[in-house]
Amino acid sequence: MASIALSRVGKSFGTHSVLSEVDLDIKDGEFVVLVGPSGCGKSTLLRMIAGLEDITSGTLTIDGQRVNDLKPKDRDIAMVFQSYALYPHMNVADNMSYSLRLRRRSKEVIAAAVSAASGKLGLDPYLERRPKALSGGQRQRVAMGRAIVRKPKAFLFDEPLSNLDARLREQMRAEIKRLHAELGATSVYVTHDQIEAMTLASRIVAMNAGSVQQIGAPLDLYDRPANLFVAGFIGSPGMNFLEGRCEQGPENSTVVLSRGYRLPLSVRIPAADGETVTLGIRPEHVTVAPDGQIDAAVELVEPTGLGIILHLIVHGESFKLFTTDRALLQPQATLRINLPKERLHVFDQSGNRLAVM
Amino acid sequence: MSHPEAVRSGAARKPAMRRFADAAEPWFYAAPVLTLIVAVMLVPLLLGLSYAFRDIQLLNPFSGAFIGLEHFKTLARDDAFYRALKNTLWWTGASVFLQFALGLVLALLLDKPFPGRGLAQALVFLPWAVPTFLAGLNWAWLFNPVIGPLPHWMAALGILSAPDNILADPHLAMWGPIIANVWWGIPFFAITLLAALQAIPRDIYEAAAIDGAGPLQRFLSITLPFLAPTIAITILLRTVWIANFADLIIVMTNGGPADRTQIVASYIFTQAFRRLDFGYASAIALVLLVLLLAYSMLIVVIRQRLIEKD
Amino acid sequence: MTGRILMTIAHRAAILAYIVFALFPLFWLLKVSVTPNDLLYSEGVRLWPSHTTFEHYRFVIENSAFPTFFKNSLIVACSTSVAVTVLSSLAGYALSRFRFRGKYAIVALMLITQMFPLVMLVAPIFKMLSPLGLTNSLTGLVIVYTAFNVPFATFLMQSFFDGIPKDLEEAAMIDGASRFIAFRQIILPLTLPGIAATLGFVFTAAWSELLFALMLISGNTSATFPVGLLTFVSKFSVDFGQMMAAGVMALIPACLFFLLIQRYLVQGLTAGAVKG
Ligand SMILES: Nc1ncnc2c1ncn2[C@@H]1O[C@H](COP(=O)(O)OP(=O)(O)O)[C@@H](O)[C@H]1O
Ligand SMILES: [Mg+2]
Repeated sequence: MASIALSRVGKSFGTHSVLSEVDLDIKDGEFVVLVGPSGCGKSTLLRMIAGLEDITSGTLTIDGQRVNDLKPKDRDIAMVFQSYALYPHMNVADNMSYSLRLRRRSKEVIAAAVSAASGKLGLDPYLERRPKALSGGQRQRVAMGRAIVRKPKAFLFDEPLSNLDARLREQMRAEIKRLHAELGATSVYVTHDQIEAMTLASRIVAMNAGSVQQIGAPLDLYDRPANLFVAGFIGSPGMNFLEGRCEQGPENSTVVLSRGYRLPLSVRIPAADGETVTLGIRPEHVTVAPDGQIDAAVELVEPTGLGIILHLIVHGESFKLFTTDRALLQPQATLRINLPKERLHVFDQSGNRLAVM
Repeated sequence: MSHPEAVRSGAARKPAMRRFADAAEPWFYAAPVLTLIVAVMLVPLLLGLSYAFRDIQLLNPFSGAFIGLEHFKTLARDDAFYRALKNTLWWTGASVFLQFALGLVLALLLDKPFPGRGLAQALVFLPWAVPTFLAGLNWAWLFNPVIGPLPHWMAALGILSAPDNILADPHLAMWGPIIANVWWGIPFFAITLLAALQAIPRDIYEAAAIDGAGPLQRFLSITLPFLAPTIAITILLRTVWIANFADLIIVMTNGGPADRTQIVASYIFTQAFRRLDFGYASAIALVLLVLLLAYSMLIVVIRQRLIEKD
Repeated sequence: MTGRILMTIAHRAAILAYIVFALFPLFWLLKVSVTPNDLLYSEGVRLWPSHTTFEHYRFVIENSAFPTFFKNSLIVACSTSVAVTVLSSLAGYALSRFRFRGKYAIVALMLITQMFPLVMLVAPIFKMLSPLGLTNSLTGLVIVYTAFNVPFATFLMQSFFDGIPKDLEEAAMIDGASRFIAFRQIILPLTLPGIAATLGFVFTAAWSELLFALMLISGNTSATFPVGLLTFVSKFSVDFGQMMAAGVMALIPACLFFLLIQRYLVQGLTAGAVKG
């Protein structure tokens, strides 16, 4: 097991810069998830850790040793690819044992390692099959098995579940979590799916357009997003945003929305009087009340089973509300809603979080 | 182990050794092929170009002097060369056109699934495997009234007035090698075009069919545009190749009768091997090379224009 | 409905016409080679002689150097195809997987070699090989044929490599393989169809080559089949039965090889075409 540290790591392809100044410390045994929209550079970062891409600038260390120039084979890490990258001409057992055979381990060691891994993953009946004869979920397991047989310093996952259907994805997600609890191996996991990130991570690294936006525990990112990007990216359905003007009072600040609604906050925020701010609130925190402060027109009602997503129009802007109150399934044209002040997030004009609420 | 210097300077530059090894890696894979091509094709090519300006006769030990443009002056007055040039146009144009047209039809026929397609494909592509000299001999025999059926059949159909060998008839002789060449070359076009056809996503056809396009419209609006790049590049390469391709003519007619089937490539061969005048042969080859390069440039430029217009 | 049936009939008839056109010359070769001499002229245009003989084959095998030619050609074609396949898979891999300065120069160089009249190289190559003692030797022929076939084979192999996901060798490298080991143990086994296509293509080409064989080889001991057949033809130009028997024998290995690999050829070119 190992710790991984990135210090001011950058990457460019030719003149096109895709990652800049990434700082990240991954502790031994941690499960770190890199999350962000596709094209933001997650895979590139992961591949740099693996040694598959050159590091343009900065330093990468594994267990304190600088590994920038080490070949992938000398870094002792394992990786699970999105495509699984199983060797089509080898059967499951050979796929799993390839790394050990390359290291010239003895037959007994290999056999023991393969059978331990296949037992853990329920692959025993398929050891003789070629990848072509396996289902998607089984292939995924083989890819995992190939990673765990060698007991590497760290595991890297690049969107390992995105080729599975929804049910299998959930099942494998739980299984990965269970395996991590059991093996305690340092893991770096890339996904664009924020639910996967929330459920798996001990720490999440939220990325956008080649730079790190926030690093923290899943609930930290959910409760205290550092900026508009993280606020909008984490959580489903995504956070609602409304523009307003800040009015400073003696004890607290008030946000005045465009139609004149005044929303007093519980603290003073560090903003100039009259400054434009963005107010954010999660759909699940919006409440419906007959004497609610704000008028909303109902546009669409989506029952999800667990609850209901209401698509509203507030001040001409779309706004979402999530509730478990089935009464709201009844068709109605308008609603009155409240935005509880302890649930509000406030961001300044450049998108950074202003207050700790 | 850490690398304190590197860490302290904060530089991400790789050690020189590693940088060199990384840069050299592709060359390690490509080097054997490059060495071979340079040694056995490029160097001889340059030597050959130099021969065009020298007096090189294989059997004359005193030859080898530089003579400047002497060969080209001779060439400019060489009527046989101009006739060969005209024959080359005819030979290349007719062969490429027929190979392409028949090859395209064959590819379209084979693109449709039918029982026994694998076998049919193997059989119709078979001529390509026939050694060219043997294809030449084979067709020469077929045109020979003593042993082959073709003259008799053509006479019976009224194409020929009498069952004679067309290879001996100055007006018809060129058709002999052309037919042999078409027979031998159809598979090349068919294989290439078939590969391109099979790469067209099927759902495009389905979408077009749902939109109400008939078979002809589908061919014109989907198949042809998809094939166009392959067609352009294949015709370009084949034209150059066939213009250079003398085997069939040498085997079937040796340029005769009365030089009526002499193309530039076979003329070079005649100069080099029958008269052993390598200097003159190289001069002709140089002219041919320049003409073919000019032709290729022209095609590439036209293609570029067409692409830019879109 | 009848329209569709008519279309099907027309389709099959067209295919049949192509097959007949493709096979008829070969059939005729075979027919004359088994026709006894006394029937050759009397039954000139009959499709099959009233009785057949293998006399011509026996004569060719016993009274000529054909077994030697056959052996020489086999040696040359096998060595050439193996050499070309090994070299072109290395180079094709480089073109497929690496981006490096000079790559386009290499591609351009290989394209140019496909452009110029090879006849032009005969004299210089002869002059270069003869001090090395490589004229009149099979080794010389193999070297020359290898060089001539390597550019096209490299492009062919490249298109096969392009069809294999990069993930696979990356996975292998992470598993602990060097790039070369990954190439040998993971990528090459997956390129077997491509290797088969290249082998077959080059074998056929080397088996058929006439010009350089004529020029670089003199005398019977190192003559290849095309050269031998051509000298035979000019010497015995009236004995059609024997010539065609020799022709059929020249045909067999090339055709066998071709039939084995032809489906991979289409497959390989498709992989290339998909890529664009
Ligand atoms: N080999 C490459 N050459 C040039 N650009 C690349 C290359 N690989 C990735 N990129 C670019 O880098 C950016 C990040 O890609 P990637 O790391 O794959 O994103 P993600 O995994 O987050 O979806 C993208 O804009 C992509 O186009
Ligand atoms: Mg990615």
